[in-house]
Amino acid sequence: MTTVPGAGPLLMGVRHHGPGSARAVLAALTAREPKVLLVEGPPEADAVVEAAAHEEMRPPVALLAHVVDEPGRAAFWPLAEFSPEWVAIRWALARGVPVRFFDLPAAHSLMSEGSEESAGEEEPEAEGVRLDPLRVLAEAAGHDDPERWWEDVVEHRGGLSADPCAPFAVLADAMAALRETRGGPLGDPGHRRDAVREAHMRLRLREARKEFGDDAVAVVCGAWHVPALTARTTVTADRRLLKGLPKAKTEITWVPWTHERLARHSGYGAGITSPGWYGHLFSSPDRPVERWMTKVARLLREEDIAVSSAHVIEAVRLADTLAALRGRPLPGLGETVDAVRAVMCEGSDVPLALVHDRLIVGDALGEVPREVPAVPLQRDLARTQRSLRLKPEARERELDLDLRGENDTARSRLLHRLRLLGVDWGEPARGRTGTTGTFRETWRLCWRPELSVRVAEAGVWGTTVVGAATAKAEALARDAEALAEVTELAERCLLAGLGDALPVVMRALADRAALDADVGHLAQALPALVRSVRYGDVRGTDAAALREVAEGLAERVCVGLPPACAGLDADGAAEMRGHVDAAHRAIVLLERDELLARWRAVLRTLAERDRVPGVVRGRCARLLLDDGRLEDDEAARLMGLALSPGTEPGDAAAWIEGFLAGGGMLLAHDERLLGLVDTWLTGIPGESFTDVLPLLRRTFAAYEPGVRRTVGELVRRGPTGSGGPGAAEWEAVPGFGTGLDGERADAVLPTLRLLLGTRPAGSAAPAAPEDRKNQKDRKDTTEPAGTARKAVTAR
Amino acid sequence: MSVVTCKVMGEPEPAACEGENVTATTSAPAALRPHAEDAFAEELKALEAVDDRPRPERWRLSPWAVATYLLGGTLPDGTVVSPKYVGPRRIVEVAVTTLATDRALLLLGVPGTAKTWVSEHLAAAVSGDSTLLVQGTAGTAEEAVRYGWNYAQLLAKGPSREALVPSPVMRAMADGMIARVEELTRIPADVQDTLITILSEKTLPIPELGEEVQAVRGFNLIATANDRDKGVNELSSALRRRFNTVVLPLPETPEAEVDIVARRVEQIGRSLDLPAVPDGIDEIRRVVTVFRELRDGVTTDGRTKLKSPSGTLSTAEAISVVTGGLALAAHFGDGVLRASDVAAGILGAVVRDPAADRVIWQEYLEAVVREREGWKDFYRACREVSA
Repeated sequence: MTTVPGAGPLLMGVRHHGPGSARAVLAALTAREPKVLLVEGPPEADAVVEAAAHEEMRPPVALLAHVVDEPGRAAFWPLAEFSPEWVAIRWALARGVPVRFFDLPAAHSLMSEGSEESAGEEEPEAEGVRLDPLRVLAEAAGHDDPERWWEDVVEHRGGLSADPCAPFAVLADAMAALRETRGGPLGDPGHRRDAVREAHMRLRLREARKEFGDDAVAVVCGAWHVPALTARTTVTADRRLLKGLPKAKTEITWVPWTHERLARHSGYGAGITSPGWYGHLFSSPDRPVERWMTKVARLLREEDIAVSSAHVIEAVRLADTLAALRGRPLPGLGETVDAVRAVMCEGSDVPLALVHDRLIVGDALGEVPREVPAVPLQRDLARTQRSLRLKPEARERELDLDLRGENDTARSRLLHRLRLLGVDWGEPARGRTGTTGTFRETWRLCWRPELSVRVAEAGVWGTTVVGAATAKAEALARDAEALAEVTELAERCLLAGLGDALPVVMRALADRAALDADVGHLAQALPALVRSVRYGDVRGTDAAALREVAEGLAERVCVGLPPACAGLDADGAAEMRGHVDAAHRAIVLLERDELLARWRAVLRTLAERDRVPGVVRGRCARLLLDDGRLEDDEAARLMGLALSPGTEPGDAAAWIEGFLAGGGMLLAHDERLLGLVDTWLTGIPGESFTDVLPLLRRTFAAYEPGVRRTVGELVRRGPTGSGGPGAAEWEAVPGFGTGLDGERADAVLPTLRLLLGTRPAGSAAPAAPEDRKNQKDRKDTTEPAGTARKAVTAR
Repeated sequence: MSVVTCKVMGEPEPAACEGENVTATTSAPAALRPHAEDAFAEELKALEAVDDRPRPERWRLSPWAVATYLLGGTLPDGTVVSPKYVGPRRIVEVAVTTLATDRALLLLGVPGTAKTWVSEHLAAAVSGDSTLLVQGTAGTAEEAVRYGWNYAQLLAKGPSREALVPSPVMRAMADGMIARVEELTRIPADVQDTLITILSEKTLPIPELGEEVQAVRGFNLIATANDRDKGVNELSSALRRRFNTVVLPLPETPEAEVDIVARRVEQIGRSLDLPAVPDGIDEIRRVVTVFRELRDGVTTDGRTKLKSPSGTLSTAEAISVVTGGLALAAHFGDGVLRASDVAAGILGAVVRDPAADRVIWQEYLEAVVREREGWKDFYRACREVSA
C-alpha cells in the first residue's frame, strides 16, 4: 500500500517510549510510505539528525540542547530503541525521507523555562505532557499498565492487519474526547506553553503539506497533541501566539543515555519505570513471556541461584494463570514479576531486586559517534579555564595554591572536581613548603590529549563541571560499598566545594555507618570525617551536616567499643589499640563536651574491665591520664592492678606496652609508676621473663635515646620510694621522689630569684614547704615547666 | 460484663482477622473454634451461587471466587463477603493461582503473619474442607505423611487395604482435595522428603500391598513454614523446587499494626481478667514503632538506617510485650500503662543475642530514642532496664 490519495497527513499520536506505539508507527509508515516525516522535538535538531543513522550510534541516546553561554541551561530529549520517534527517524533516514522536528525551537523553550536551572532534571516534555493520556485511558479501562492496555486494546483487536493507520484514527478520537473534558479542543487554556508549542507544530505542518502534498506527510508526536494539529485555526492566529517569545542562542548535540536515567527521569512523557521490559517487548519477535522468563533464569544462574528449565516452565504457567485470574489476555510485567518471585526467587525480594535492576530497568548504555558536536561540558571547562587563567599545557609544571585567595580557591576546586570526574589534569603533589597548614596546596599539572576524551565521557554526568562532578559524586556515594570509601568521598566533596552533593553523600555515610557492625571500620572512618569537619571550617564550607554525621559515628563507636574489645587475640588487640587511639584523637578534635564525657566514660570502663586485653586497657588508662582525667592515685592503682602477681606476665607486659607507648617521659617523671614497673619486672619468674622480653623491648625501644637513658639512670639509682620506709611522708606529691634535700633545694633559690627578678624575702616564702618539695631537684631530668610556674604563682 | 459474655458466646462475628489463630466465634456452642468452612458457610454458599467462571476440576469455587472469599468484597446479589486476609492482593492471587496449577504452595513468614489462617481458608474455599491437616513437629513420622497400619487388623488379616490407616495427605490425593502441612520446616528432613514423590509423581506407592494411590485432579498441598528459624530443618532443594513460595509480609502500615495489636491485647486482657487499663494506645503505638523500626532497619521518617536485631520482632511479640506491660501496670503499677511497664518486655524481645543485640539496642536508644520528641520517659525507662 502506498500513499492513499485524499487521506490527508498521517497523524500518529504515540505514547512516548511505548514499544506498542513504536511497532504501530513502523507498520503505518511501511504501509503509507510518506515523503516527509515530522517528529516532536526541537527543530534545531534537524542539523544533527543524520547522525541517528550512523552505524556507531546506539540507543538509548538523547538530544541535548543548551544555551551557548550557559551550558547549565539545557534540556534533554531521550530516545530509546523502542521509542516510536526513534523508530520513525531510523525508518525515514534509511529511505532518504527527510526528517523534521516540529516542536517549539529550543531557543525559545530553554528561555521560557526561566526559573528552572537544573540541567536535565526536568525536560520540557515533562511539563508539556504533564499527564500521560494513554495512562488515563488505560486507567479508565481498569488497567494499571498503559502499554499492556495499548496492546490488549489496540493491537490484539486485529485492526492492525486490516489497516495499520486505523488505531491512530481511533486514538485521535479518544484524545479529542479527553481534551474536551479538560478545557476545549485546544487543550487546557491554563497551559500557555502547550498552546504555543502546538501553534508552532501547526505552522510547520502547514509548510510541509504545502511542500510535499497533503498525503505525503507523516507526523509522530505525543498522542495528546494530535487533536490540536487538526484544529481549525488561522496562520495569523498561530503566528500571533509565537510572537515575542524570548530567544537564546542554542546548540544541540547527541549524548549517550542510559536505561537507568530513562527510569529516573520518568517525567518524560511516559514514566518509564521499566525500560528494559519495554525494550524486551519491542525486540522479541514472539513469545515475549517465555523469552523474558528465560532471560531472568539466565541472569539468576549467572548469580549462582539454581534455576532450572523446570522453573522457567512453571513461572510461565503461573504467569499465564495469574493473567487469566486477573482477566488479562496475556501476562504483563506485574504477572511476570509475581511469577518470578514465587517460582524462581523462593518468595524473596532480594534476587528480585537484581532482576529489577538488570532486566526490568536494564543497564543498557547508549553510544554516540565521535563526529557529533562537542558536549557542553567541554565548553564549560574551557570557559572556566579562561576565567581562572589556568591554561591546559602539555608541559608538566607545579602549581602552588594559597587557599586564602579567592582565585586560588576556585582553581583548587576546579582541579578537585576534575579529579572526581576522572580527568586527572592535576595531581596533588607534596609542596616545597611542606605540609604546614591547611591553606596551601601544591598540584602537578599536565594536560594529556586523552584527557579530552575523558571530558567527553564525563559529559554524561552533566553539562557543567560543577554539575557533572556533583552528579558523579552522588552516584559514587550510592554505589560505594565500604564505609571508608564514603568518608573519603565526603572529604573530596568538601575539597571540591560540592555542597550540593554533600546531603546525598552524608546520607550514604550515615546509612553505611548505621549498618556497619565492625567498630574498627567506624573508628577508621572517624578521623577522616573529623578532618573534613575541620577542613570545612577552614574553607568556609557548611560542615554542619558533616559534623552531625561525625558525632553520630562517634556515638556509635562509644556504644560499640566495649563489647568489641572482649575476647581479642594479640593481633586483634594491637589493631584495636590503634582504633582507640584514632577515635580518641578524632573525638577530642570534635570539641563536644557531652561527647567527650561519654567517650571518657567508655575509656574508663575499658581501663577497668578484666576481659579487655592488656594493651587496650593500658592505652585507655594512658589516654585518661594524659587528659588529666585520672585521680592522683588512680594511674598507680590501675598499674598496680595490671601488674599484680596474679596477672599473666604476658598480659601485664601488654598493658605496659599500651600504657607507655609513645612517650616515656612519664616514667621519668613519676617515680611511683617507675617503681611499680620496676618491682613487677624484677618479680617476673625466670621462665616467663623470656616471654615478655620482646614486648618490653618493643615498648622501650621506641623511646628517644635521652628518655631511655634517663629511665635507665633512675633505675640504676635504685628504688627511691614505693613501699620503702618513710615513703608515706611524701606520698602526697605524686610524680616526684621522696625525701627532701633542703640544702640542695636552697641552692637553686638565688638563681631563681634572679630569673624572676624578685628580692629575697627573708622571713617570707609562705608557700615554702610545698614549693621546696616541688623544686626538689632532679638534675638528670629537665625541670617540669609547671614547677617554675607554680613558684611564680606562689609569689 | 454482660457485653463481654455476649461477644464470646454470641452470634457469628466474621471480623477481618490478620493474626494467626484468631478464634472465630460460632453459633454452635459445642466447638470452641469451628472450621473455616463452617464459620463462613454462608459466604461460601453465596459465592458458589453467583460464581459463573470456569472452575478447575473438583474445585468448589473458581479461582476468582476464592480470591474474593479471602480478600472480601460485595457480590452482585448484595452479599457482603468479609475480608479474611488484609494484605496485598497480589499475595492471595499468586497463592490461588498456584493451587490451580499443579505446583504446591509454600507460605512463608515470621510468626504472626496469618500463614495458618490463610492456608485454612484457602483449603476451605477450594475443597470445602480444611481438616486434611498434618501438623509438623520434630516428632512427625512418615506414617503421618503417608499411611500407617491398624495393628490389630494387620495381625488378624495381614497387610490389606482394611488394615491401612491413610494419612490426611493420602486421603486428599484419593479425593482430589487440598491437603495442608503446618510448620513444614519442623518436620525431620527424611520425613519431609517423602513429600517429593507425592508432589512430583502425584502417586503414593504402598509397597506392602503392591499398590499405589494416584492423586486425582484437584489434589494439591499447602505447606506453611516459619522463615526465621530456617535452621531447624531446611527444605532440601529437591523439595523446594516443587513449591511456589509466597512470603506473607508483616502489616504494611504502622496504623494497621497498632490496630491489630490493640485489638488482640484487648481480647487477651479480657480472657486473663486483667483490669481495663485506659489510654494504653500511646504506649502501644510506641511499642509498635520500636518493633517496626528495628525490624525494618530504618526509622519511620525514613531518614536513619538501623541495624536489625536477631529476634523476629513480629506483631505477635509486640502483642505479648503490651500484654505483659498491662499485667505489670494492673498489678504492680498505678493502673496506667507506662513506659516503664513495657521497657523490660521490649528489652527481652529485642535482645536475644546478649552480645550483638545489646549493641544494636543501645545504638537505637542513643541514636533514635534519645532525640525523639516526647520520648524522654521511654528513654529513661529503657536506660534503666538496659543498664
